[in-house]
Amino acid sequence: MPGHDSARDIYRQAVPVITVSLIAGLFAGTILASDAMRANIAEVPGLLLLLPAFLATRGGVYGSLGARLSTGLHQGIIEPRFRLDRRITNAVVASFLNGMTVSVFIAVVTYATLVLFGDGGSLFQLVGVMVVAGFLSAVLMITVLIAVIFLGYRRGLDPDNVIGPVVTTLGDVFGVFFLLVGVAAVGAVS
Amino acid sequence: MTDSAPSAVDEWSIRRIVRTMIPLLAALSVLQLVSGTVLETYEAVLLRHPALLVLVPVQIGTAGNLAAITCSRLTTQLYLGTYELSPSNPALRANAGAVFGLAATVFGAVGIAAWGIGLALGGSLALGRVLLISLVSGLCLAVLVVVASVAAVEVSYRVGLNPDDTTIPVVTNLCDIAGVLILFAVVSVVV
Repeated sequence: MPGHDSARDIYRQAVPVITVSLIAGLFAGTILASDAMRANIAEVPGLLLLLPAFLATRGGVYGSLGARLSTGLHQGIIEPRFRLDRRITNAVVASFLNGMTVSVFIAVVTYATLVLFGDGGSLFQLVGVMVVAGFLSAVLMITVLIAVIFLGYRRGLDPDNVIGPVVTTLGDVFGVFFLLVGVAAVGAVS
Repeated sequence: MTDSAPSAVDEWSIRRIVRTMIPLLAALSVLQLVSGTVLETYEAVLLRHPALLVLVPVQIGTAGNLAAITCSRLTTQLYLGTYELSPSNPALRANAGAVFGLAATVFGAVGIAAWGIGLALGGSLALGRVLLISLVSGLCLAVLVVVASVAAVEVSYRVGLNPDDTTIPVVTNLCDIAGVLILFAVVSVVV
């Protein structure tokens, strides 16, 4: 019963997912602290500056997609089935648009900040990195989120307890990894 | 957009979701640049001590996790009518208690792991220091998660916005920013 759990119940239910996301966070941290990424950080101006905004946006966009689907399931207005449904499609398209728009926005604002503080940096490079990283994470996040929520819900799992960890876990590990891919892709093009 | 015939208030129209969220996400990502600026400021320290770089995503991620669980639960409890803004409200107390227990467990483990990974990547910070940084900043963060989640759900409900759309982005972002600020406040004292 979602309304009557004790602190111990919530703790017990959350520990496994939090542990998984903790391990994933450590993976993200390890990628971030790896020699390749440290070289990128030192070479690409603005990478550290946009990192928190980029990671947080993943949480905001796909966390609210998850919360919306979860509420829809609880209200009984969407069904946990993998087929075209107007509500589900809309929610997915909207979160994709949100994710891409905000990624590009972050690149532009980061560039503006760099210019403002006279640190240099390249608008093309930043936008390129964010488009690649934003697109790859959108595809991954939407696919996994829907799969986890629907399959979990069918098995009696309350999506509210699962969304946050799933989103931050995947968002962070693959967010940092896709940044690495983005830097490599833009480097290959230019 | 394929959504041509929206009803009076269609909570599931693409346009409505995008319009509600874009300004919010844009504003929040500008705010995130605050913690980005802090990271840039500490770039040299971070590149020298990989253990601290390992802590960054974990710190941010776990804060976001705890905040998302708390917000999601409070919102559901609000809809079910078991939530009330009062220190004696059982639902509220249970949520807060769980957050503190989880924070203590997670940030203890994180400290040890970050120390080990940092060592493997060529760092030299002592275990005691990494653990101290992780636990102190983690518990400060737990206080913030509880206070911010309750405040966000209250405000969102009173203003008439759907807490599912607003609370998670607001609180997770706030905790991310505060997480980095708290982390480096502790780092500047300890390292």
